[in-house]
Amino acid sequence: MKRTPFIVRFFGATPKQGWIAIAIAAAITMILLPALHLLVPAGSPFHVSAYVITLIGKIMCYAIVAVAMDLIWGYTGILSLGHGLFFALGGYAFGMYLMRQIGRDGSYQSDLPDFMVFLDWKVLPWYWTGSDSIVWAIVLVLVVPALVALVFGFFAFRSRIKGVYFSIITQAMVFAAMLFFFRNETGFGGNNGFTDFKRILGYSITAPEMRVSLFALTAATLLATLVLGRYLVTSKLGRVLAAIRDAESRVMFIGYNPLYYKLFIWTLSALLCGIAGALYVPQVGIINPGEMSPANSIEIAIWVAVGGRATLIGPVLGAFIVNLAKSIFTVAFPEYWLFFLGALFVGVTLWLPDGVVGLWRKLREKRAAGVAK
Amino acid sequence: MIPRIFLLLMLLLGCAAQAAPNPVLVRQLAVEESDDKIAAIRKIALTAEPEALALLQQLADGSLKDDKGEEITLNNRVRRELEGALAVLKLIDPDVNVRYKAVKEVATNVDAAMAPMLAKARDRESDPKIRALLVEIHALATLKDEDPKIRLAAAKGLASSADPNTKAVLKAQSEPANETEVEVRRAAFQSYLAVKDRLTLAENIGRVFSGLSLGSILLLAALGLAITYGVMGVINMAHGELLMIGAYATYAMQGLFRSYFPNQVDWYLLAAVPVAFFAAAAVGVLLERTVIRWLYGRALETLLATWGLSLMLIQAARVIFGAQNVEVANPVWMSGGIEILPSIVLPLNRIVIVGFALFVLMLVWVLMNKTRLGMFVRAVTQNRAMAGCVGVPTGRIDTVAFALGAGIAGLGGVALSQIANVGPDMGQGYIVDSFMVVVLGGVGQLAGAVWAALGLGIVTKFIESWAGAVIAKIVVLVFIIMFIQKRPQGLFALKGRFVES
Repeated sequence: MKRTPFIVRFFGATPKQGWIAIAIAAAITMILLPALHLLVPAGSPFHVSAYVITLIGKIMCYAIVAVAMDLIWGYTGILSLGHGLFFALGGYAFGMYLMRQIGRDGSYQSDLPDFMVFLDWKVLPWYWTGSDSIVWAIVLVLVVPALVALVFGFFAFRSRIKGVYFSIITQAMVFAAMLFFFRNETGFGGNNGFTDFKRILGYSITAPEMRVSLFALTAATLLATLVLGRYLVTSKLGRVLAAIRDAESRVMFIGYNPLYYKLFIWTLSALLCGIAGALYVPQVGIINPGEMSPANSIEIAIWVAVGGRATLIGPVLGAFIVNLAKSIFTVAFPEYWLFFLGALFVGVTLWLPDGVVGLWRKLREKRAAGVAK
Repeated sequence: MIPRIFLLLMLLLGCAAQAAPNPVLVRQLAVEESDDKIAAIRKIALTAEPEALALLQQLADGSLKDDKGEEITLNNRVRRELEGALAVLKLIDPDVNVRYKAVKEVATNVDAAMAPMLAKARDRESDPKIRALLVEIHALATLKDEDPKIRLAAAKGLASSADPNTKAVLKAQSEPANETEVEVRRAAFQSYLAVKDRLTLAENIGRVFSGLSLGSILLLAALGLAITYGVMGVINMAHGELLMIGAYATYAMQGLFRSYFPNQVDWYLLAAVPVAFFAAAAVGVLLERTVIRWLYGRALETLLATWGLSLMLIQAARVIFGAQNVEVANPVWMSGGIEILPSIVLPLNRIVIVGFALFVLMLVWVLMNKTRLGMFVRAVTQNRAMAGCVGVPTGRIDTVAFALGAGIAGLGGVALSQIANVGPDMGQGYIVDSFMVVVLGGVGQLAGAVWAALGLGIVTKFIESWAGAVIAKIVVLVFIIMFIQKRPQGLFALKGRFVES
């Protein structure tokens, strides 16, 4: 039998309805919303404010992380409580470039970032070499989180750490990293992190055009992630991953080595998180070690759980539901947000094991059964 | 020569002058010029006689009258001199405690002029501990003497010191810039090495002790987690919040005692122990019955659900007790410390905590190994299906084990309230640490948890003293990740056959 070309397999994995949905989403995020933001005057009811653009852009970054989390948790059954680390590493890698782009416009008018002047450092540390080049920044964004994940994953998966053990170890990892980045001597701005960015490639970061460009870029990345995810989970590799999730011992008995499969999807997931982090930082304008707090990482899992594990659109929905709720709650009833979030954790695990996507499917099946009668 | 004459005079007059001040001495003090007064005070102080102390005390009180019955006035300069003299004279106070305090005070500010006085106090001292200190201070005071022989003796005498300050002085004395005689330099250096070794030893003892106390806290936090994880195979992410509940129960008991039994306030802590246990156990049962029970066999979901519970408990604590830390005071019988060396004080509250952890450990050991309930718990830990087959009510054991684990966490909270801040977020940091103890020690093993907790505590404290707290934390985490590579089952693995799910 003739092998189908890769390109055909890659794009063929997403069905026709999927492509239509992607086209609609792309039209909204890349044409409609930017146009409403840029062209419609601020007084008009159709004007989309900078706040909304930034909020949706931020949540789309979270959605990329959620999809990455879903690949490793929903499809492979490995719950990571440390994905915030890869997100933050990507953010820091791009943040270094943004800090260098400030140039002499900082409060100390120095070539060095302000926090280094404050620490009385005279030269850039070696790991900041080349950070003024965007190409190098992108290389770092792609390589650093993936490399960290590769090394950590190799040791963890090789000794067959799994289940609760793996989850807690990843939490310990992100916790240790947070402590490390909190130190001023680490050279990443201590607990203030990076902020006060001015430019990307010489263009002002606060300009509306820059804002919608980043927004559209994020949307494109999210859609590309979904297409890639769809290809992966329908491929043979995806089926091995699901098999590892359901019965790892049997997969080994059949002759597969789960190590490489797990390592691949784990590293890919970290890479996607890193990209999301790099897109997040210029839109939000700050990155600090708080992003690595264990609470933030575990929240990623709840986005996926709310939307529905082992579905690709679920995590995206979950990220939007939880974060929009957070934006509303923390303003309207700040004391009750933690109660709500906690109840969401408990309620979703108890009553909605397949998330809102599972709920919708169930309702549709019920209706179909009713019609058949 | 003059002091000797005074000594003689005083010996002659001493017996008679118990109550009334010696007129000869009073006359010396009743001079106009401040400089003369100071000189007189010095002279009197140097005699180091009880009579001199009484006299100067009277002078300080303003009750000393001169021949004409007029009060002897003091200006600030004289008064300062007088206070210094009194401090030194306290060295011959009849009360041992006053003398001890005086020695400590004098030790912080040794002056070469004090040497003869110190020698006298040393020779009359009967208490061996104070005497040893006086020997040391005297040696310090004579280290700068003009006579090289005295300097040499002083340098040699200081070898038995255990004071960081002495170490620095000896180091300086062993350098050519400060000391001309080779002999003295060599002796000073020898003594410096001896003092340094003694101090290093003391520091290490202190580190081991603070490691033990950290280990005790870790043990109290991890024991409960080890039981629930062993029995049910789930990690309760709200375990840290059960510690918090124990601490807040202690706080509540303190408030209760303050308002209803103000005379027995110091014993609130004892009353808090059972209250904290049952409060945390009750919350534990509630969590198990309402949430965890329904997630049986879904360990990862349990992780998320219990995390949600922990968020709710934290917020509940914020609503009830406020977001600020609350103040829990050490009872009087727990404050203070035991001094093993001048530089090392072991705080009493930490000693009590180590003892308390031992007590809880004993209790758990008896419960697990000597009772029927403990046998059931161990049976379910080893093989749930088999235990169920032979009639162990596994569902009920789950609840009881969870209550027990939660209760022990509550006890940990009582201990924690005595050394750490009590606030809504206090439990958050403990889940990872306690889990590390469980991982390191192996599941279902008390001995494993004990060794792991103490080992982690001591190693952490040692690394902290070299590299700081943050690096210590990172090193320990990296070490544990490496350790799991070699021994995924922990230090002490249960022997037996297990079916891997």
